[in-house]
Amino acid sequence: MKNGDIMLNYIWGFIILISVICAIFTGNIEPLSNSILTGASDAINLVITMVGMMSLWTGLLKIADNGGLTYLLAKLFKPVLKHLFKDCPEDSPAMRAICMNITANILGLGNAATPLGISAMKEMNKLNKNSGVASNSMITFVVMNTASIQLLPTTMSILRQKYHSAAPFDIVPAIWISSIVALLVGILLTKVLEK
Amino acid sequence: MSKFSFYIMPCMIGFIVFFGLLKKVPLFDVFISGAKEGLTSTFSIAPSLIGLVVSVSMLKSSGALDIITSFLEPLGNLIAVPKETIPLMLLRPISGSGSLALIDSIFKSCGPDSFAGRVASVMMGSTETTFYAIAIYFGAVGIKNIRHTVPAAILADLTSFILSVLTVRLLFTKSF
Repeated sequence: MKNGDIMLNYIWGFIILISVICAIFTGNIEPLSNSILTGASDAINLVITMVGMMSLWTGLLKIADNGGLTYLLAKLFKPVLKHLFKDCPEDSPAMRAICMNITANILGLGNAATPLGISAMKEMNKLNKNSGVASNSMITFVVMNTASIQLLPTTMSILRQKYHSAAPFDIVPAIWISSIVALLVGILLTKVLEK
Repeated sequence: MSKFSFYIMPCMIGFIVFFGLLKKVPLFDVFISGAKEGLTSTFSIAPSLIGLVVSVSMLKSSGALDIITSFLEPLGNLIAVPKETIPLMLLRPISGSGSLALIDSIFKSCGPDSFAGRVASVMMGSTETTFYAIAIYFGAVGIKNIRHTVPAAILADLTSFILSVLTVRLLFTKSF
């Protein structure tokens, strides 16, 4: 869940203009007018539906984080991750930040993952020999962050519950498979393309 | 499959609470402060959701979404995705709130347990706001030359989209 999406200024304007023009030509102006009225309250319904569960979940995750689960898992992932980030020495602050960011992502600690990721980028930039050009490690790191590796996709489950899904969580195994394979493909591609 | 899925959430909560007790975390105090963060961060997306849900429902009710989808349908058929999810594939890498608005409208019209609803769920859950992540991370260190980041990230997203269809077909064949 992120604010400040980019490119949206144009896309949003474009979507609205296209809709108005299209409605005039296709004679759908009446449904269009109605949809504007319902759309705004639909959005608030969406927020209201999500807010309880999202708060419950961030509260629980904070317990895990305070108990040091992020730190423990980061230590567990390090042996694997060090092979992916060869430009970063094993005990460098860069490596530590990378491990913490990826663990935070897996646990679904979105609010914590982004600042950790930014500090990982800054540390990797210190090790970067060509300033202004992305290093191999940076690219692998960012691509890993553009893939969603999350233990429990809470947002999706809440939304499915809102529309009375018989089993809101039943898509979770499919999400795991799909995201893990996509993550591997992404990592493999960065390794192939860096040569 | 669906019976197993009911274990996921309670077991994770049980584990977190057990782990917190073991590590002597002041459970409820920490929970409250975390929940407060969740409350503010969820409400903080309300303005962008209002803007985007309205624009998505305008796109839909004007008939424009049908026109766009019918143009892209042959392309979608190529990778066998349900046509309702084609707009989602376009918006997902650019806007988190925008794709949430699209998912909401797919669930409303097809239902969350339909084929399109399930594929959309998996697409949304297994991908990220790719361009946002790229912009924020490279922006933070002032790097303009990002080499092969975009093709690698986009191909990974495409892999997720194709796999969403495959996994849903594989795991839920009985339901359709």
